[in-house]
Amino acid sequence: MLEARHVTAHYGQAQALRDVSFEVKEGELITLVGRNGAGKSTTLRCVMGLHRQMSGTVRLGGRDLSGLAAHERARAGLGYVPDDRGIYASLTVEENLLLPPQVGPTRWPLERVFKAFPVLKERRRHPGTKLSGGEQQALSIARALRMGASVVLLDEPTEGLAPVLVQQLRDILLEAKRDGLTMLLVEQNLRFAMAVADRHYLLAEGTVVQTFANAEIAAHEHELLRHLGV
Amino acid sequence: MDLGYVSIQLFNGLVNGAFYALLSLGLAIIFGVLRVVNFAHGAVYMLGAFAAYLLLQQFDIGFWPALVLAPIGVALLGVVVERLLLRRLYGLDPLYNFLLTFGLALFLQDAMRLRFGIQGQPYPTPDELSASVSLGPVSYPVYRLFVIAFSLLICVATWYLIERTRLGMVVRAATERAELTRALGIDVDRWVTAVFAIGIGLAALAGVLAAPMRNVAPLMGSELIILTFAVVVIGGLGSIVGAVTAGFLIGVLASLGAVFNPAFENVIVFALMAVVLLVRPAGLFSSREAA
Ligand SMILES: Nc1ncnc2c1ncn2[C@@H]1O[C@H](COP(=O)(O)OP(=O)(O)OP(=O)(O)O)[C@@H](O)[C@H]1O
Ligand SMILES: [Mg+2]
Repeated sequence: MLEARHVTAHYGQAQALRDVSFEVKEGELITLVGRNGAGKSTTLRCVMGLHRQMSGTVRLGGRDLSGLAAHERARAGLGYVPDDRGIYASLTVEENLLLPPQVGPTRWPLERVFKAFPVLKERRRHPGTKLSGGEQQALSIARALRMGASVVLLDEPTEGLAPVLVQQLRDILLEAKRDGLTMLLVEQNLRFAMAVADRHYLLAEGTVVQTFANAEIAAHEHELLRHLGV
Repeated sequence: MDLGYVSIQLFNGLVNGAFYALLSLGLAIIFGVLRVVNFAHGAVYMLGAFAAYLLLQQFDIGFWPALVLAPIGVALLGVVVERLLLRRLYGLDPLYNFLLTFGLALFLQDAMRLRFGIQGQPYPTPDELSASVSLGPVSYPVYRLFVIAFSLLICVATWYLIERTRLGMVVRAATERAELTRALGIDVDRWVTAVFAIGIGLAALAGVLAAPMRNVAPLMGSELIILTFAVVVIGGLGSIVGAVTAGFLIGVLASLGAVFNPAFENVIVFALMAVVLLVRPAGLFSSREAA
């Protein structure tokens, strides 16, 4: 469904990614784990077409995205939940949800979103940034679901969330997964990653050093935690 | 103090304010999305007036059609300028935008001066509006009242467009975070052109409205635009409500100042600008912009 081959990226002279390859099959939830600065966000930005200094190929459903600008990639079916949540202060909650054009058949029309997140309905006329951190995270994810993206990229959605919210988030991702959504999740919270994902790519210093099936991860937990520097 | 003179000045202030509001509104939405301060805005206003004048002279097309046709024509010219010239400068030092738009202003002014001379051409007031009405102790031209009402209407319509429609939603999103907006599937560059055209169209519209009141002359915009920039500084660049409110407020304050001493008219504007710069450098109505 989503495939990256030999992706290399630079910030000026500094290399951020070296020969990163991975694949997310249809309906899978894959994580990229790795410590701070490993290149996780850069990988998502390369997939999304937001990072120009890159080489390698990214394919979505077999289609080469190379020549496509970010908005064209979104329209091809990529949803993006950035690490800062990307909620607009000058848009209401409802406008934040409706900003992206609908790019595919959605299983999450506005009514379902509002049913799953009643607080978004209550606050629909408020500015997006008047929501709490957890609510903004929910809004950001709901936005990607509503637009009918076929693959959603999530950049550390659990960061800074209280444990009870992390649990809610897990339920949402599992629900979306049951709907058949394909997801690429960047995560530093290993417990969370294990609870939702099928496979994991371990990223270190800009390159993939290991991959694990979710079943294997328990056996490697210590090694992984050491890699994550926890 | 003569009450009649005061009330005339009050209305004159509203008329001036209407022009400040239309011009600073265009500047504000252009700056919001393009991050370009359009120094050619005064020249665009002048072009709007000349477009109305030429429509009348060459094609016998009167004021009412010109009120629609001239802004559209000038806005199309704006589209060409954005596509061909401005677009190449995004991402470069803002100084380049300054040089380009300022150069365009000089070019347009001199081109018009070569063709029409410095003198200026009269433009007739439309018959329907050529009367005067009595406002208490004095009589006042209907056309000027029309300018106030029509400008207010346009300002409210623009506000509605920005705050309540999908186009406005995209404009606000792109103003706040252009790159994220692209990642969410919106072709920001296409909207940039539309926004520039709207801002330019507003300036040209102001020019058409000015034609029957002021001489249609190559330099008619250059004086007005200096005051408009002061208005923009006071209201806060990039704030729509700020642009309109500050426009009318300053128009009225300056005219009422002139009641005491004609020399006060412009002094008040720049004194107010200096105070705002000291106390609230981002502008009176700035909320999310600058800081
Ligand atoms: N805008 C930038 N300019 C220069 N270097 C950058 C920039 N953004 C990231 N980097 C560098 O690129 C490398 C990868 O950064 P990236 O943000 O992708 O890491 P990450 O895995 O997402 O980290 P984190 O867990 O902290 O979010 C880091 O070494 C970082 O310092
Ligand atoms: Mg990151």
